[in-house]
Amino acid sequence: MAVSAHVDENEDAPELIPGATAGVKSFVAPPETQEAIGFTPALTDGWQERALQRMGELLERYRSLRVFMDACVHCGACTDKCHYYLGTRDPNNMPVARQELMRRVYRRYFTPAGRLFPKLVGARELTKEVLEEWFTYYYQCSECRRCSIFCPYGIDTAEVTMAAREILNSVGYGQKYSNEIIGKVHRIGNNLGLNPAALRNTLEGLEEELKEEVGREIRFPVDEKGAEVLLVTPSADFFAEPHIYSLIGYAKVFHAAGISWTLSTKASEGGNFGLFIGNYDQLRRIALRIREAALELGVKRVVVGECGHAWRVAYSFWNTLIGVGAGADPEDRYGQMLQRQLDHRYKQPSHICEVTYDLLERGAIKVDPTANDRYVVTFHDSCNVARASRMGSSSEGQFEIPRAIIRRVARRFVEMNPETTRERTFCCGGGGGLLTDELLEIRVKGAKPRMKALKAAVEQEGVNFMATICAICKAQFTKVLPAYGFKMSMVGGVHQLVSNAILL
Amino acid sequence: MATIEVAGKTIEVDEEGYLTNLSDWDEEVAKEIAKSEGIELSENHWEVVNFLREYYQEYQVAPPIRVLTKAIAKKLGPEKGNSDYLYELFPYGPAKQACKIAGLPKPTGCV
Repeated sequence: MAVSAHVDENEDAPELIPGATAGVKSFVAPPETQEAIGFTPALTDGWQERALQRMGELLERYRSLRVFMDACVHCGACTDKCHYYLGTRDPNNMPVARQELMRRVYRRYFTPAGRLFPKLVGARELTKEVLEEWFTYYYQCSECRRCSIFCPYGIDTAEVTMAAREILNSVGYGQKYSNEIIGKVHRIGNNLGLNPAALRNTLEGLEEELKEEVGREIRFPVDEKGAEVLLVTPSADFFAEPHIYSLIGYAKVFHAAGISWTLSTKASEGGNFGLFIGNYDQLRRIALRIREAALELGVKRVVVGECGHAWRVAYSFWNTLIGVGAGADPEDRYGQMLQRQLDHRYKQPSHICEVTYDLLERGAIKVDPTANDRYVVTFHDSCNVARASRMGSSSEGQFEIPRAIIRRVARRFVEMNPETTRERTFCCGGGGGLLTDELLEIRVKGAKPRMKALKAAVEQEGVNFMATICAICKAQFTKVLPAYGFKMSMVGGVHQLVSNAILL
Repeated sequence: MATIEVAGKTIEVDEEGYLTNLSDWDEEVAKEIAKSEGIELSENHWEVVNFLREYYQEYQVAPPIRVLTKAIAKKLGPEKGNSDYLYELFPYGPAKQACKIAGLPKPTGCV
């Protein structure tokens, strides 16, 4: 690979340290975790054949994957664009090298040259050692797709990572973190395992607190039939800080605007880890919970809270997956039913930022930005929102709308280095199924490019609050900010700022 | 399967030291887990641990951080009812570290 000269020129692309994070491995899902979601329980004899069979199926089903396997010319444009590479210096974290882990196996078994002259074309057998390498490095990719915007061929490493994880799962070699969470969604309704009683208890507590705090009956309705809006938000919004401050913000927005809304115990999760593991069946089954809830409750609008990949799934896939939006299969009776039920004067689905922005624009809610005068705010674009979705009606709405809200609710807003924002944003370091403690080392290292840009904004502009619209970003930064000398409370949601400023 | 030794008994834990069988928990086990986390359990630690266990018994899940801080404010005073104080007690994070010591499963998801 002709990349070494290129990487030395940039201080952000330091010297290689081969194997630097070879030892940073996700926990393997135990058999009961695999079985609970219908996956092969464990790696057993004959796995290699089954893995190659699955790989063949994926290559047939997703033309994109085959193109990505064939198209790379090793130009090196992607090499220094990955936060994990920049943070770890492990050459396997260069996007081209990460793809190459699969590409070499592809060449060996799926191309004539690789079958006949494997060594000449750098083809490689799918051995246990290779499988281990896949498990390590395909779980050191957060599927953030930053590399793909620099690739002249548009190769999307995230799709390769998803395919690799699907192949690993198909032979019983899954990641404990993601698969345990998926099991919880099926069993209980959300990633955290908050059952309906715990959820209600939490929300009632919030209502009481807000009554004391602001003297108003701000409601957090659950399973209320006939509500106009079903809000689907990450379960971390019920559980963690700073997430919960945004949940309070959403409730205040609906309250102030007089919009009836409800949460659902069945659809108490916006996140969809089916995406992270590249498993279409899981992606759909998790999304179907939202359709069931929307149909049962008879809502007219589905709104998504602050969760990056939830918005990607909602914006890009919900229409054909479950019928939120247009495009459900004509044969899909319930998808069609939901399409007819929803009110198409509104975007279906809508992001909570679109809802709030629209209300602010129309003057339907009022704010006092001096309420956030203690903050100098910057905005961290979350990868899935930035590079895999849109908002509003302009092509850059996903960047402009959250910023426009912040400018309305806070008086001091500054940008970080433009090489690290909007389309070029760096991942927080914990996305794509990596937000787990055993991967903390690469999470901390992967946050480095973002932390560097933040540090500059802190030193030059006095930034003391980094707003974001993703539960993973919030949890990841809360954990890693202290490692870079910042306070964990420096990160929070856009609706946390809205919550502070909104007039009730 | 990993194990820990407590008062001559061998107890199963997962890769991260969370109890495999929640019924194995007792105060001695809690102390042992705390020790491996570098924490000596004070009375205030015990308030948190006990609340976590009570809440878990009722709801089969760890309490949201806000529920926990409210409960601690009631028990130890309003100045201690915040996550900064909980992080002082459990530096690796009240949700995960305190749950481990209380013998609860690890909270999963985007937390």
